[in-house]
Amino acid sequence: MIQLNTFLIISAIVFSTGIFTILYKKNVIGILMGVELILNSVNLNFISFAKYSDAQINGQMIAIFIMILAAAEAAIALAIILNIYRDRAMVDVTLIDEMKN
Amino acid sequence: MEINEMLFLAIALTTVLSALIVALSKKIIYSAFALLLTLIGFAGLFIYLSADFLSMAQIMIYVGGILILILFGVLMTQRIYDPSQITAHNSIWVSLAGGIAMAAITGAVVWLNPWGKTLAKDFEYSTSRIGSELLTKYLLPFEVISVLLLAVLIGAVYLGRSREVHK
Repeated sequence: MIQLNTFLIISAIVFSTGIFTILYKKNVIGILMGVELILNSVNLNFISFAKYSDAQINGQMIAIFIMILAAAEAAIALAIILNIYRDRAMVDVTLIDEMKN
Repeated sequence: MEINEMLFLAIALTTVLSALIVALSKKIIYSAFALLLTLIGFAGLFIYLSADFLSMAQIMIYVGGILILILFGVLMTQRIYDPSQITAHNSIWVSLAGGIAMAAITGAVVWLNPWGKTLAKDFEYSTSRIGSELLTKYLLPFEVISVLLLAVLIGAVYLGRSREVHK
């Protein structure tokens, strides 16, 4: 029962949920949560390929680097979000459109 | 059904359902706490893939770091007395169409692609192998990413400081 396809299906479901979250939420932090879901499902894919179709552990190494990049991305994104909130007193992405015109 | 398969099923269901709660919850704080369950579920799935080091790193980095940052963000930016702001979302049908299209693409890739012969590897402790790979084959990315982390540190401090310091 536990085989490569099982992990790929779980990862595909969570990836699609992440895409849905990004499209659905208006709150910037909600969108950031969707990005975290996507990064986690990609990590799961890499690690399952590292177990099932690679004699080495290259997938796990790439997953480590993805984790580091996700941490960096979250730190910078939250700093930017706090700045937006300080300026505008809201975090709604549909209202942040100063550079449009 | 063996005990580890039942445990696997429970972990997988927890992960997927709490990911759905993250997506569909009206209040952003509920999403944040559901994300906690999702991340822990992923850490459990990593153990089934003989990635014990990554499982612990997942809990330490995601649950201990990123989720705390997200909770700080939620609590510092939420106008808790304005319910119209909290429950504002984009159109659910457009978002569902996007999510289902993505699910169709990934599902088609998973089903139609012949993945070839899978290896039957036993559980092995990966920490020492990761350590030696990190200092031999992956030495350049390791060094580059340390520079990146320094840049992120400086950038986050620069972005996060208060405005009065500028003047």
